[in-house]
Amino acid sequence: MDEQERPPQHQEGERRMGGPRTEMPSLEELRGIAARKGQLKGLDIDLTMPEAWLNQYSLSPMFYTTRAYFVFTLALSSVVAWGAACWGYQIYVGMGVAGLRPPIFWGIYISTFVFWVGLSHSGTIVSSLLRLTKANWRRPVLRGAEAMTAFSLMVASLFPLIHIGRIWRVYYMFPLPNQRFLWPNYRSPLAWDMLAISVYLTASMIFLYTGLLPDVALARDLCPRGNWRKKYLTVLSLGWRGTHRQWHVYEKASTLLAVGVLLIAPSVHTIVAWDFSMSITPGWHTTIFGPYFVVGAIYSGVAGVISLMILLRWIFGLGQIIRTVHLYNLAKLELVMAVTWAYFYFVEFMTAWYAHNPVEFRIWEYQWERFPHLMIVMLGGTALAILMLSFHKVRTSPRLLFLITVLINVGMYIERYLIVIPVLTHRDNAYTWTDYTPSFVEISVAVGALAFFLLLYAVFSKLLPVVTVADIREGKIITGDVRIGNREVRVYADVEEPL
Amino acid sequence: MKSFNSNGDGKHKWTMVVDLDRCNGCGACTVACQAENNIAVVGEKLASEKRTMSWLRVERYFEGEWPDLRVIFLPMPCQQCGNAPCEPVCPVFATYRNPDGLNAMVYNRCVGVRFCGNNCPYGVRKFNWFRYKWEKPLQEQLNPDVSVREVGVMEKCTFCMQRIRRGKDAAKDEARDVRDGEVVTACAQSCPTGAIIFGDVKDPESRAAKLVKSKRRFRLLNEHGTEPSVVYLKGGA
Repeated sequence: MDEQERPPQHQEGERRMGGPRTEMPSLEELRGIAARKGQLKGLDIDLTMPEAWLNQYSLSPMFYTTRAYFVFTLALSSVVAWGAACWGYQIYVGMGVAGLRPPIFWGIYISTFVFWVGLSHSGTIVSSLLRLTKANWRRPVLRGAEAMTAFSLMVASLFPLIHIGRIWRVYYMFPLPNQRFLWPNYRSPLAWDMLAISVYLTASMIFLYTGLLPDVALARDLCPRGNWRKKYLTVLSLGWRGTHRQWHVYEKASTLLAVGVLLIAPSVHTIVAWDFSMSITPGWHTTIFGPYFVVGAIYSGVAGVISLMILLRWIFGLGQIIRTVHLYNLAKLELVMAVTWAYFYFVEFMTAWYAHNPVEFRIWEYQWERFPHLMIVMLGGTALAILMLSFHKVRTSPRLLFLITVLINVGMYIERYLIVIPVLTHRDNAYTWTDYTPSFVEISVAVGALAFFLLLYAVFSKLLPVVTVADIREGKIITGDVRIGNREVRVYADVEEPL
Repeated sequence: MKSFNSNGDGKHKWTMVVDLDRCNGCGACTVACQAENNIAVVGEKLASEKRTMSWLRVERYFEGEWPDLRVIFLPMPCQQCGNAPCEPVCPVFATYRNPDGLNAMVYNRCVGVRFCGNNCPYGVRKFNWFRYKWEKPLQEQLNPDVSVREVGVMEKCTFCMQRIRRGKDAAKDEARDVRDGEVVTACAQSCPTGAIIFGDVKDPESRAAKLVKSKRRFRLLNEHGTEPSVVYLKGGA
């Protein structure tokens, strides 16, 4: 950041702490300060922390690694390896090792795919929405949310590959020029899906990387001499020096990207919904699926963001940056999504009831007969989420929030399972009605995917800055405490930059 | 867009007429189909998991309560829909409409996403879950006119396309039209009660063309707009 342009606010903050300290406090000390700042609970940013400390503190997840981290990563890696081995076994033997049988051709691979695509949605939506609305509390949330999108999309895009019968012929689905002029069938929702996912993955990776640039440059500058990270940080920072022009271009690019990503994200999940609603299968063939999936995706994704934020706080001791007020605001957003989601449940059941399709009725009965526990967790989970998130005390308690958001995502996984399976087991032709139980291989692969996501996140936190340092510092600059009458009020100054 | 024409653009419109009042559920059609089309025999264990590969199955439906019970048998091959739901959902054109108005499968093009199977309301599509083997000397009876399918591809009834091809070729060699009864599918040929009649409805003199005008006719699940090429007859003397 250009030293010349910095307004004097941060120096005032330092003065209030009793003058800037010359020597850097240790990480334990910084975390101790974080714990003692109880009185700052309601505020989104600590103005008293000197910039150098903030830098060190924000980058601490990268440079301080505990033994528990290695144990955790090793455990995750072995789960991932087991899942990959199961996939290899499936390729070698055939799809028959999955619990599928006609006419149930899609199983938990597809429901897991929809789950991960859904989870990926909120990351960029939350991030770009908060950027565009200039919500001042957004800053610490951005990176974690964007990284969640990128990683869950990577995991999601594995599932169509795991699911197809002949993985060695997967390139038939790509629009590759060939001698016979055979192109993919662009009437098929699966072809749209492939395009949508690849566009979204590309866009969200660029979005994540653009946001990372100033932070990578900061990490490069603060990287101790001889540290192995120095090399790739230098390459990745693309010669970022923090000049005025660079900041200007950066602001422009991130705003434009935020708009673009915000447009792409809902369309992607609508297309995932079309994988189902473009079929003529009763229970899938419904016009509500587009918005229903998008809302479900944001609902599950915001819960995912909250869970991950709380995990970052716990694991890396980032409580000073990711504060209760951030969780509180995200929880408010989640409450809105939960209510919207409940409305969509209602609308879905009402349209099914109004249409009076006997097959859809049979599917509804079957869900309650075969999966009463899952139905209760799914519907009850949403009801409980609305009820709990309505309370101020719950929204400010990380522990309760963590429990609820995990419960929400368990419910959303069940929801995806119940979208795929009962519809396929009970189709128009009553003679084909049957049952489905996921096989050991399928469950292993699904669990391996969860471990893979966590592993990607864990590795990311050691390689690149996991909190948006530049944005937080920008926040510090534009934030100030002003005394009005006998009250100290937090004020924000914002410069409208013409694009 | 000619190839998407629901009636095909060729000279023929192959149709199967199944007289349910004549069907006694013996299953000869299923066996004949199995032999003609190189369909894998999966064995007891997989069959108990409902993973049989038969392209044609005889469905049983029960009317009334025991002992006042009536069983209805319904042979279910691929319906060769005029407006097939399986075709548009395939991302690689592995299943498409051929000029005779049949849903053809290109096994070598299939990648196995199985959307076609999910979108078929009749549930007649089968998937190669494993690499099936023909134990010696069974490989000797494989039909050389029909390909043996690889693991991971979809397959289904083709209306014995190889027999249609043979009939058309013979007619072409003799510079005449295909005669009624010249092309017979394996199931129609083996049906002891003559419940399955196969023919070209574009030939107005064919037996099938006359039977599809019967008052007893109905088509399965046509409310989806699938326009099946299999016509069932029911409820007459």
